[in-house]
Amino acid sequence: MSLFFTIFALAACLGAVAVVISQSVVRMAFWLIVSLGSVAGLFFLADADFIGAAQLLIYVGGTLVLLVFGIMLTASGPYMKIPASPGETVVAGLIGVMFLSMVFSTLPASKEWKQSPNYIAETVTPEFADSSEGNTLRPLGFALLGVRPDVGQDGAGYLLPFEIASVHLLVVLIGAAYLARAKRRQDNA
Amino acid sequence: MINTLAANSLSDAFDGLSVPLYGQLSSGDALVVAAIIHAVLVFHVFALCPFFLIWLERKGSGRIQDRLGPTRVGGRFGWLQSLADGIKLIQKEDLCPPVADAMLFRSAPYIVCLASFAAFVVLPFSHNWVAVSADCGLFILLSILSLEVFGIIMAGYSSGSKWSLFGGMREAAQMVSYEIPLAICALIPIVSAGSLNLGEIGDMQGGHLGNWFLFHDPFTFVAFFVFFVVLTAGCKRAPFDLAEAESELVGGFHTEYSGMRWSFFFMGEYASMFALCGVAAILFLGGWHTGIPGVDGLLQEWRLKGAESPEFSPLGYLANVIGAGVFVSKAAFGVFVQIWLRWTLPRLRIDQVMITCLKYFVPISCFLFLGATVWPLMWMFATDDGLTSAPFRSPLGNRATHAVSEGTKESSSTPQSSAPAEAPEDNSEAESAATGENTAMAEPITVGMNFSEVRQ
Repeated sequence: MSLFFTIFALAACLGAVAVVISQSVVRMAFWLIVSLGSVAGLFFLADADFIGAAQLLIYVGGTLVLLVFGIMLTASGPYMKIPASPGETVVAGLIGVMFLSMVFSTLPASKEWKQSPNYIAETVTPEFADSSEGNTLRPLGFALLGVRPDVGQDGAGYLLPFEIASVHLLVVLIGAAYLARAKRRQDNA
Repeated sequence: MINTLAANSLSDAFDGLSVPLYGQLSSGDALVVAAIIHAVLVFHVFALCPFFLIWLERKGSGRIQDRLGPTRVGGRFGWLQSLADGIKLIQKEDLCPPVADAMLFRSAPYIVCLASFAAFVVLPFSHNWVAVSADCGLFILLSILSLEVFGIIMAGYSSGSKWSLFGGMREAAQMVSYEIPLAICALIPIVSAGSLNLGEIGDMQGGHLGNWFLFHDPFTFVAFFVFFVVLTAGCKRAPFDLAEAESELVGGFHTEYSGMRWSFFFMGEYASMFALCGVAAILFLGGWHTGIPGVDGLLQEWRLKGAESPEFSPLGYLANVIGAGVFVSKAAFGVFVQIWLRWTLPRLRIDQVMITCLKYFVPISCFLFLGATVWPLMWMFATDDGLTSAPFRSPLGNRATHAVSEGTKESSSTPQSSAPAEAPEDNSEAESAATGENTAMAEPITVGMNFSEVRQ
């Protein structure tokens, strides 16, 4: 377990560093795959298989493909590069170090990190103890429908956020379709 | 995930059985051994798929074009043609154009190969024959296969050639659009199944032909054909192979590739064709069940006997081997139909490909999805206990509780394929009770109970 954790964690961190260092945008996208894919691997190791698969589907399969597609459509030269000036490097480095120190100072103070490794398995009700084995899908589905059997009768689900998100996506879809149509009409006229 | 792997497949299979080495290894070592066995097995399936399918493609295309196809290597039918191809490709020089982005150019084929290989990890081949039995197996499989596109786009972009760039752009546009109807069509049988676990979905369709989700309702029937066409486009196969349209783009995204790197793309393509056709077989065509009532019932009895006996049972194992054979033949037949289409139909233009997807497949699949959700509600009857649709189909929520009441009544009796609606739940319930493997099978039932409690 710890061996795989080390591999994935190292790959995630090194991939993230390489994203920052490399200057070609598509190489950045490649290193972002390495980093985000390793984070998905960490999710799988933590038995959160749904969120791991969602990470792969949304970020790697969706966002990054769109990113590279956008570059291919818009770039004027063969390989688009974004060089960083020394001033930018210094400022970005300072901000990064500040954030890193903030994270390091808050992590030990957090209570949940000192719980036992089986914290999640111990807190859920016995019927849902299986969720510690990577089968998180059904509890998640019920929670999105507004039913939380894992925390008992009183727990509130996430039906309202789910509906808000779906309406939001619908609005975005209609907006995108409207933009595409309006553009074509202008061309015709 | 490693715990899941061991818990759901190997250690369950070995639990209480007399297996050589079992008990001599510590649990940590057993995990490593289990992982290595699974990885090697899955890798061989992944490697042998393209080996056979490329031969099939050459032979099929030859026959369709009134040629003989390969005839010499390895005897009469040219069985070993793929091996000869492989040896030739290994000997070729590994070229990288000077204008290419060398790092991306060299790593792109590995991404394609890796993605389609990883898809086999969650693909079940028979009852309980799966490397990782995940509860959201279908979701993981589709998300992993979506990585394959990225390798192809990167190959197109990093080659430094305009043909490759066009191929990559077409592939990106095509895949971004076709993933939507693919996912929606995959969800349609899920509405009837109530599970994303590919193993469970396959087990539900035992009994006879009427239990296949293909014949579940009119919407799933149409959805299968839409799914198959979309899947063909998703594997960038003709008539949708615009990414490598050799009549206009030389070779498309793989114009600049040679040798083994070039062949990696095609290993990945054939393997993902097989994987997706396997998904279609599990979702619609009954997975590893033959669909013939007598045969399916017999195999199910063998499996139950195998599950009941504490020793290793050859009959249960044989039933699973036959199941795997049935599943592989169904998936291979799907690939054969794809090959047949490729050498029969002319290639579409890129705008026609996009219009087919966005103007036809997306609305059709949305309509089918809506219809599949509404269908169970059409057969509702009011009784003293409340609404029921028991004579025909039970909607999702009722099904699990129904299975519990059925299961407690006759959990020990051997299941016979009787009524179309009840047979699958009955089988799986009795079987999970017999195996004592409550992780995967019994969970929908507990959830169903909780759900009904909460509703009251």
